[in-house]
Amino acid sequence: MISITVTHYHIVAIILFICGLYCMLTKRNLIGVLLGLELILNGANVNFVALGSPTLSGASPGLGLDGQLIALFVIVLAAAEVAVALGIVLSFYHLHGVVDVDEANELKG
Amino acid sequence: MGWIPYLLTTAWLLPLASFLIVSFFGRKLGFAGRGSAHVATGAIILSLTCSVIAAGLWLHFFPLSSSKEHASDLTGDAFACVSSQELKPEYTLAASRLASQSETSHSHAPEGDLTKFAKHANSPNEASFASFHVSHEQGLSENTAHFSVPTLAGTWWVFAEFGQLKLPIGYHIDALTILMMVMVTVIATCIHIYSWGYMAEELQGTVVDHEITRTDGIPPVVRPGRFHRYFQYLSLFSFSMLGLVLANNLFMVFVFWELVGICSYLLIGFYLERPAAVRAATKAFVVNRVGDFGMLVGIAAFWAATGTVTFTDDSQRPGLFTVAAQLKQFAAEEASAGLEAQGTHLMLPGGPQDPRSLTYFLLLLGGLGIFCGCVGKSAQFPLHVWLPDAMEGPTPVSALIHAATMVAAGVYLVGRFYPALPPEVLLIIAAVGTVSLFLAGTMALVAKDIKRVLAFSTVSQLGYMMFGLGIGGWVAGLFHLITHAFFKALLFLCAGSVIHATHTGDMTQLGGLLRKMPWTAVTMLVGCLAIIGAGIPPWGGLSGFYSKDAIFAQAYLLASHGGLLAKIFLSVAVLGAFLTGLYIFRLWFLTFVGPSRDPHHLEHAHESPAVMLAPMVALAILSVIAGWSVPLTGISIPGLLLQADSRPHTVMKSPLWPDWALPPEADSHAHEIHSPASWLAFCAGTLGVLTATIFYGLRWLDASLLARLFPILYRLLWNRWFIDWLYEKVIVSITLRLAQVVAWVDKKIIDAILDGAAGAVCTFAFAEDLFDRRVVDGAVNSIGHFAYRLGSEVRRVQTGFLRQYLAIVVASIIILFCLAQLL
Repeated sequence: MISITVTHYHIVAIILFICGLYCMLTKRNLIGVLLGLELILNGANVNFVALGSPTLSGASPGLGLDGQLIALFVIVLAAAEVAVALGIVLSFYHLHGVVDVDEANELKG
Repeated sequence: MGWIPYLLTTAWLLPLASFLIVSFFGRKLGFAGRGSAHVATGAIILSLTCSVIAAGLWLHFFPLSSSKEHASDLTGDAFACVSSQELKPEYTLAASRLASQSETSHSHAPEGDLTKFAKHANSPNEASFASFHVSHEQGLSENTAHFSVPTLAGTWWVFAEFGQLKLPIGYHIDALTILMMVMVTVIATCIHIYSWGYMAEELQGTVVDHEITRTDGIPPVVRPGRFHRYFQYLSLFSFSMLGLVLANNLFMVFVFWELVGICSYLLIGFYLERPAAVRAATKAFVVNRVGDFGMLVGIAAFWAATGTVTFTDDSQRPGLFTVAAQLKQFAAEEASAGLEAQGTHLMLPGGPQDPRSLTYFLLLLGGLGIFCGCVGKSAQFPLHVWLPDAMEGPTPVSALIHAATMVAAGVYLVGRFYPALPPEVLLIIAAVGTVSLFLAGTMALVAKDIKRVLAFSTVSQLGYMMFGLGIGGWVAGLFHLITHAFFKALLFLCAGSVIHATHTGDMTQLGGLLRKMPWTAVTMLVGCLAIIGAGIPPWGGLSGFYSKDAIFAQAYLLASHGGLLAKIFLSVAVLGAFLTGLYIFRLWFLTFVGPSRDPHHLEHAHESPAVMLAPMVALAILSVIAGWSVPLTGISIPGLLLQADSRPHTVMKSPLWPDWALPPEADSHAHEIHSPASWLAFCAGTLGVLTATIFYGLRWLDASLLARLFPILYRLLWNRWFIDWLYEKVIVSITLRLAQVVAWVDKKIIDAILDGAAGAVCTFAFAEDLFDRRVVDGAVNSIGHFAYRLGSEVRRVQTGFLRQYLAIVVASIIILFCLAQLL
């Protein structure tokens, strides 16, 4: 039986990350971009949790909750960020009637 | 008594007010500035009134004591030398000590009936009734009388203060000041009024100056009239002279001295379109600079020797005259003591290193310096050359310069500084005066211009005054100054009248004007008689008779006691009297009698208007009576001067050269001195007049014959003893040559250096400019340009497409990773 190691988690995280990145690069819908962003953040979270787990990494004894804590922080921050981003999306929609990111180029230099 | 300073200061400041008014509003006062004459004349008449009232008050408060005039009779053998006194080795110059000495000598001075002391409580400003003392050390000489001169001295305002040195604006009033104030204002008033007539043509809007000879084709100079300008200068002139007379310190003296100089410069050069006038004005100014340089040195020396510039004592310090008189007295005693003890008399006992002898030499230097200034102003021998040329100015100005202001200033200053002048300086003054009176008298004999004769005559008469002062005749010299002022002003005004009528002053073209201009002729005759001192010795005569007699009496007194030098002085003075009679009657005869040498001038001649005749008549009357005393009261000019005479009744002996001893002037009043001197002057003068009558009046002999007989002598006199020529050749040409050399050095060397330096700086600046523009600016600009270019290139990356940014980020990260792996 193949034991589950950190590498497996990494592979899952990479798949998540790549999916998120692909989503961000391809979607013209702002909501889609935000979804891609969430995937990227979750990919990172998987890495944090896996690397932070003493069982998996076989690291030093102790409480060993660093990775989990950071993951929790990321989730909280992502929630806050999504709230702000959705606010921006809403007001953008009010202004332009669409949620196309390519339309949002008014602040370019 | 407190009124006197106020009155005299008012008299002094009124012409200044007039000057300012005329300066600012001159052209607007009446047509062509006619009103400026009224302003100036009104001011001077008010000044005259103030001065006369002040004189009256003065005589009321300080009546002339008759006892002093006969002091000589009471004093017995006054010619006894000052006996040697015990030395005072502790003598110091410390001011405090001198002050205390003054105090003690004040208390010990036998005040007697000679002077009247009074303390006046309500003094103006910080005026103090200072009694001027020739104070000697206590218990010094019992045979030395202490004469105190009643003096009002005080300060209106301290102009500046440098430590111990104070420069005040103040007044010093004694009988001499009163007399000078009255004399100056009288003459100035006459000349102001006379100028109304004489300068009338300046009232025209445009004046054509016919005196300037132009070559054919060029029209004569036309200029606007300058009537107001003339009266403006005249007022300033009066103000300056009155300030000089009133001054109570060296600083004020110098300021007004220079003001007098600049006024004479302005007035001599009044016809500034005439090159001769400009040259004459410049000459007068430059020659006076020479004298004034000496004067500055003298002022500095007096200050160094006495530590003060104020004439009289004030509450804190002893005055200049007090200290100087003490120094003189001390030096005389030291010298006479040293003469007996060591057989040497050329130096004070301490030798040249002795600071006391240094102080005495400073005093000598100071006296010489002051006299040097007076030589310049009073046109005495080495510096007399400016005066004849000064005739280019308007004639009334010549009268003012020659009578009351400019040249009188020099004689006045010698008189004022008399208490401070050591005997050696007096010897030089006497010598210079003698030389001047002789040289100028001879030069006057051949001059052709009527004013020039009078100018030489002035130099000669001023020589008499200096001579009189130098030989100890203080009263005599200043008396002659006053009387001379009257008759010389008169003579000039008469000459002006002639010139006004005939438009020429050349006596070779005049003659026979007696019938055409009787008033002028008669008043001028009075002036001529006054200048030769006409009179019958025992009884009296015109004003000049008395003053000249006084000088002769002093000269005779000196000659009867003194050596060869004194006898030479006397004989030259007698010769001078002969010359005076000769030249002045030559002038009168050539102008007024005989056939007219140029009928054209005679035809147009006319008597001058009354506005010109009135001052002439007034001055003629004054010329006659100035020597007399007022009936019943006994007030006279010499009486007033005697009151101001501060000298003790002793022989003034030179510490350096004991042969030079000046007898007291009072002795010259003795009958056995006065009478022969008087007759000597009378005979010399009469001989001169007779000679003039023979040659020019009756024309028994032809004067041009003499000129042909003695061509060398004639040329010598005609060229003024070649003194001008000598100055021209030696001083002027050397100066010009030097100036040329300096100009060459300036142009060729200094300018070249400067130009080279400037060129080098220019080149460097050009190079520096290039460097700045190309290198520095280039670097800065290219950096800026680069940043700009970079910015505008990078700017393109920012497209606004979010996904593009993300792709760039991802690509960048991948590249970075790859790079990190590779490296």
